[in-house]
Amino acid sequence: MTAQTTPGTARGAPAPRELTRGERWGRRGPLLPGLLFVIALTQIPFLFTVYYSFQDSNLLRPESGGFSGLANYGAVLGDPLFRNAVVNTVLLTAGAVLLSLVLGLGLALLLDRAFLGRGVVRTLMITPFLVMPVAAALLWKTSMYHPVYGLLNWVISPFGVRVDWVNDFPLLSIILVLAWQWTPFMMLILLAGLQSQPPEVLEAARVDGAGPLETFRSITFPHLRRFLELALLLGTIYIVQTFDAIYMITQGGPGQATTNLPYFIYLQAFRAFEVGEAAAAGVVVVAATLVIAMFALRVVSSLFEEES
Amino acid sequence: MSTRTPPRGLPLTAAATGLVLMATACAGAGGEASGGGERVVTVATVANPQMEDIESLIGEFNDQHDDITVEFVVLPENQLRDRVTQDIATQSGQYDVVTVGTYEVPIWAENGWLLGLDEYAADPEYDIDDIIPTVRSALSYDDQMYGAPFYGESSFLMYRTDLFEEAGLEMPDQPTWEEVAGFAAELDDSDTAGICLRGVPGWGELLAPLNTVILTHGGQWYDEEWNAHLDSPEVQEAVQTYVDLVRDHGQAGAPNAGFTECLTTMAQGDAAMFYDSTVAAGNLEDPESSSVVGDIGYVAAPVAETDHAGWLWAWALSIPSTSTDPEAAWEFVSWATSKEYHRLVGEELGWERVPPGARVSTYDIPEYQEAAAAFAGPTFEAIENVDVEQPGLHPQPWTGVQYVAIPEFQDLGTRVSQEISAAIAGQQSVEEALATSQEYAEETAESGGYRD
Repeated sequence: MTAQTTPGTARGAPAPRELTRGERWGRRGPLLPGLLFVIALTQIPFLFTVYYSFQDSNLLRPESGGFSGLANYGAVLGDPLFRNAVVNTVLLTAGAVLLSLVLGLGLALLLDRAFLGRGVVRTLMITPFLVMPVAAALLWKTSMYHPVYGLLNWVISPFGVRVDWVNDFPLLSIILVLAWQWTPFMMLILLAGLQSQPPEVLEAARVDGAGPLETFRSITFPHLRRFLELALLLGTIYIVQTFDAIYMITQGGPGQATTNLPYFIYLQAFRAFEVGEAAAAGVVVVAATLVIAMFALRVVSSLFEEES
Repeated sequence: MSTRTPPRGLPLTAAATGLVLMATACAGAGGEASGGGERVVTVATVANPQMEDIESLIGEFNDQHDDITVEFVVLPENQLRDRVTQDIATQSGQYDVVTVGTYEVPIWAENGWLLGLDEYAADPEYDIDDIIPTVRSALSYDDQMYGAPFYGESSFLMYRTDLFEEAGLEMPDQPTWEEVAGFAAELDDSDTAGICLRGVPGWGELLAPLNTVILTHGGQWYDEEWNAHLDSPEVQEAVQTYVDLVRDHGQAGAPNAGFTECLTTMAQGDAAMFYDSTVAAGNLEDPESSSVVGDIGYVAAPVAETDHAGWLWAWALSIPSTSTDPEAAWEFVSWATSKEYHRLVGEELGWERVPPGARVSTYDIPEYQEAAAAFAGPTFEAIENVDVEQPGLHPQPWTGVQYVAIPEFQDLGTRVSQEISAAIAGQQSVEEALATSQEYAEETAESGGYRD
């Protein structure tokens, strides 16, 4: 990427002169309001969430309230529905991220080549990412999955198969919608990676007699490593929060088959109005996501580090 | 990104942390609506056609009350409920008039969240006695009315007269569920489902029709001592009947179909019968949204053991106790629920759009009788026949039909409906679904402190 690099950090330039204290604040100062704004916007609601997680608060019972210690956490962690939601979230996230990553890589490799109308194709490919999640979910529910007039069944009906997608494979149905939405995102990141490959290196590989597969394995893939990591991480963090598709398509059902953590929290907060328990569940989810994000990043980084 | 290799993990993790925190924290935050000022009435309403009609006619109200400004906050049903509950429970007082249903009114009245309306409504011009008695009692707590009905609904069975004639079948005025199952089996073919019934989880979705089936089979959620009876043979039989019917002869994709989906299925001519809300009739008789206009017959809700089996729901306008100007709020409420308003809608927007099921006198207007000829009678009868005190065979310690009027029911009902929806999807048997549901219900009675 050719973002503005401050003079002095470019390669081969002399080491930068130490900034004086005044100069440093001169640079930081203008950023402070923005920083404070971001902190206020992100951390204050979170602190309130933490506060509520220690309160016995049910909106429908005016007499409820007051400090309840860790009772909410106990209630949430002991709830089999919460544990079920954890499992569903893991399956949903892993499935959707991996599927969209693989599809995105494939599409990026294809789009990396020059061909007539590439710009048009690329725009079309990105479209699913620009559709509002709610609209996308509704679209899939009615025009793709519907057992009578859905497109998927229309495609497979010549083979004499008829599948009630959402009922028979609820989790898979949601994963497919998410993969459809997130493949373009993965593709964009990976395409940027592919296009940032120095052409001389590829040229040299060809001169040395490496085939396309060999080139991909030894040069392109290691180069893509960081882009894959980024795509994986951002995709995971966003897909963990999936709500729209579940709300619109299955309402968490049939049974508890598609109730993931955000939907579980939604039910706690707005069906049961158990503010305390919902907040506790939210805090648990944030903590778990942080741990997983850090852990996954370490694992992935070291894995690739060793390989290269 | 520079081509050097800085310690990458850290900044990325930091960025990720920020994103997670932001997204999680913001999920719970509500919005703000405008309000305040002198004689401003802020109305939270549900986004459905009848409510939207109020907005278009508000000019008439302004002509009579030039000192009052009415501001509308229009939201879809679920969001409205979330938002209004938050507003009222936290006593933040954004709204002067809220739109609530028969489920909320007694619970909120008990909490002291709503103002009693009897004193205001005593004005003879308002004619409180003209309100349909069952609706009025569903919107009352301790013999005081806490919500003025904007429109009311019950449930009935809609069926395709042309298909029945073709097959040589005759629909009785009040079929039993057994007969309905027979008709469904007869009329079920590859193009047309025998019947469309809700299957999507949600206390206001699947449970609404299903509860009327449970009640008419002699089942009940709780007895007078708050013992749960969801695993009783009567409930077992009722739920089995419903699940079998929708699995064998119902619409495809039933576990994800709710009111809207079934209404579409019926309006497109893809189902022979449809048991649901009386408000569906307005859409089925509207040529713009329906391909089966004139081919639909309406009969009373199917029964088993009881004489009547319809549910009762009404959207009502209530004044929260936090309202800053209850007098102005009542001016608006009384206008929007008056006889005069019904006439206004009929004359300005068309008679079939008059809010149904709120006032007896509406059904005496000749123009309305003509415009709603197909369904006005059955709707009125269905609403009038509901017994909100004891809809089933057994006495119940709450008022209401298709729900248990306790705050915990939104949660309990949602959980139970998820279990039954799984039975409709074939993931578990009805016995398993009801065994789990019984546990939930027992737990709720216990934790809610209803049982000593």
